[in-house]
Amino acid sequence: MLRFLLDRDTWQEVFDSFNKNKLRSVLTMVGVWWGILLLIGLLGSARGLENAFNRLFGDFATNSVFVWGQSTGMPFRGFQEGRQVELSLSDTKKIEENVEGIEFVLPRNQRTITATRNFLSGSFRMVGDYPLLNKLQKINLIQGRFVNQNDIDDNKKVVVISEDVYKQLFEKDAEVIGEYIVINDINFKVIGLYEVGNVNMGPSQDMHIPFTTYQQIYNSGDRIGWMMITGKPEYNIKQIEQDAKLLLKNLNNIHPEDSRAFGSFNLGKEFKKMTGFLTGMQFLTWFVGIATLIAGVFAIGNILLITVKERTKEIGVRRALGATPYEIKRQIVVEAVFLTIIAGLFGIISGGWILILLNTMFGQGDEAAIVNPSVSIAVVFVALVILVILGTLIGLIPAFKATSIKPIDALREE
Amino acid sequence: MLQIKNLHKSYPIGDSSLHVLKGIDLSVTDGEMVAIMGSSGSGKSTLLNIIGMLDEADSGEYVLDGVPIKNLTEKKAAIYRNKFLGFIFQSFNLINYKNALENVALPLYYQGLKRKERQEKALFHLEKVGLKEWAHHLPNELSGGQKQRVAIARALAANPKLLLADEPTGALDTKTSYEIMAFIQHLNDEGKTILMVTHEEDIANMCKRIVRLKDGVIMEDTKVDQVRAEQYV
Repeated sequence: MLRFLLDRDTWQEVFDSFNKNKLRSVLTMVGVWWGILLLIGLLGSARGLENAFNRLFGDFATNSVFVWGQSTGMPFRGFQEGRQVELSLSDTKKIEENVEGIEFVLPRNQRTITATRNFLSGSFRMVGDYPLLNKLQKINLIQGRFVNQNDIDDNKKVVVISEDVYKQLFEKDAEVIGEYIVINDINFKVIGLYEVGNVNMGPSQDMHIPFTTYQQIYNSGDRIGWMMITGKPEYNIKQIEQDAKLLLKNLNNIHPEDSRAFGSFNLGKEFKKMTGFLTGMQFLTWFVGIATLIAGVFAIGNILLITVKERTKEIGVRRALGATPYEIKRQIVVEAVFLTIIAGLFGIISGGWILILLNTMFGQGDEAAIVNPSVSIAVVFVALVILVILGTLIGLIPAFKATSIKPIDALREE
Repeated sequence: MLQIKNLHKSYPIGDSSLHVLKGIDLSVTDGEMVAIMGSSGSGKSTLLNIIGMLDEADSGEYVLDGVPIKNLTEKKAAIYRNKFLGFIFQSFNLINYKNALENVALPLYYQGLKRKERQEKALFHLEKVGLKEWAHHLPNELSGGQKQRVAIARALAANPKLLLADEPTGALDTKTSYEIMAFIQHLNDEGKTILMVTHEEDIANMCKRIVRLKDGVIMEDTKVDQVRAEQYV
């Protein structure tokens, strides 16, 4: 068989019969070409979307849930309903200690403030934060640094501001690091300037000061605005949310079935929905691609069937000259596989071009909708294997048809 | 060379069947040149096809070169055809997208010869039929006589023991027919056994023996004085 495939005459025969029906052969190949093109194009685009998505969320600890206090919805242990629930620092510690699968618990405080500098002022959302925030939600610093442990320990009056704050409070191109801005009549030294990302996790915020400084200024004591709970990757964040809430209810004298006491936003769950959508899209792509491929391969089989019918007499002559049925079949199957593979290769190449085109159109810059749209070699390989298998199977039909006629009847055919 | 005993063949036509060959006894020795004659429907083509292993007899014996031909698989039949037989058809049956050389080389391809060897042999046989200069022409660039000569070269290429010709001159004018017959006679002179079906008296008289068929039986089997075709060319 290998010798047959390496034989120049085998390919001469394939080439001859292709040349004989150029237009028809090309039209036949369009089906397979289109199928592979769809497969490569769609899979690549899906991958591009996924990459873009991962880039957007890559800087976040996505296995996270935000929890904040609201007012109770049920009376419990002598407390009336409608009581304002306030979370405290000790709650975060208890969660960290008692709930299974916790990676971090980050307490945060936030309020809207007015900040001024010289004669410029603006209203901003300010958060009291621990350095840990930078780990959970990457702060893209343009200049300076984020809040560090020293700032926390010494209740330093330092602030990290966003580009937006800079634009409102500073003149164009003015020096920013080491400058002071006034918040609630207190001077804060600017230590960092950061870029605002594409996606904000949780409530949007403009500036960050050390958590302890916040406590001191606003006399917030143990109270916190909300907490970010991040689970270890292998743990289910929905379960963590449930466990944490139950513990919080227990600690704060809230009825275990009170669903209004805590508000929450489960980022992990939302993230899963999105990735689930992408997985679904890939599945759909495979389905559509392969269905189109099968249709295309059937078209090739169909055309070969017609070709075989037209060549009945020629096949009869060949058999009179001593071609065995096996030799005839082999030739037709090789033709089928050859047509499928050539069409498939063209499909892969033009699919690649489409991905390049998509990349230049939508894939440039930081806010690109598609990042690096591509398919892996494994996918291409799988597609080729599918082509060879389908081509062989479909080639067998005309091959058997060709040899099912007795040579004498084939010769009589006009 | 070949012995046939009590050969029967019938074709189903609707519910009934048509008895085409009704007990043929024929024996041909090496070096003979036999014309099978008969009106259409006499079964002469069927007989040739059975001899050529393109068709199978219902009953009877057929021995070709000492090999009994019976219940052959398609594969075996193909190998025997390739080894023992050369076919010449009325309508030439050249493959129209292959040039003369490739057509002649085709049986050698199925013999499994190497490309170079095939080309050499094919060219040798083309030269023999006087068409060396036309080796790279496609069949539709050749005249009828030339086509038949290519077909003869193809039939000879595999060096068969027996040459079977089904109305080899049926599609040719008289002059070309005689040229082809002269050529076939020449092959016979060299020792090839030749069996041809024809319905033309003059062509039959250029053979050495005439077998006349009528309604599926042999009416007459006579040796004739061969008329040499060269004198008419």
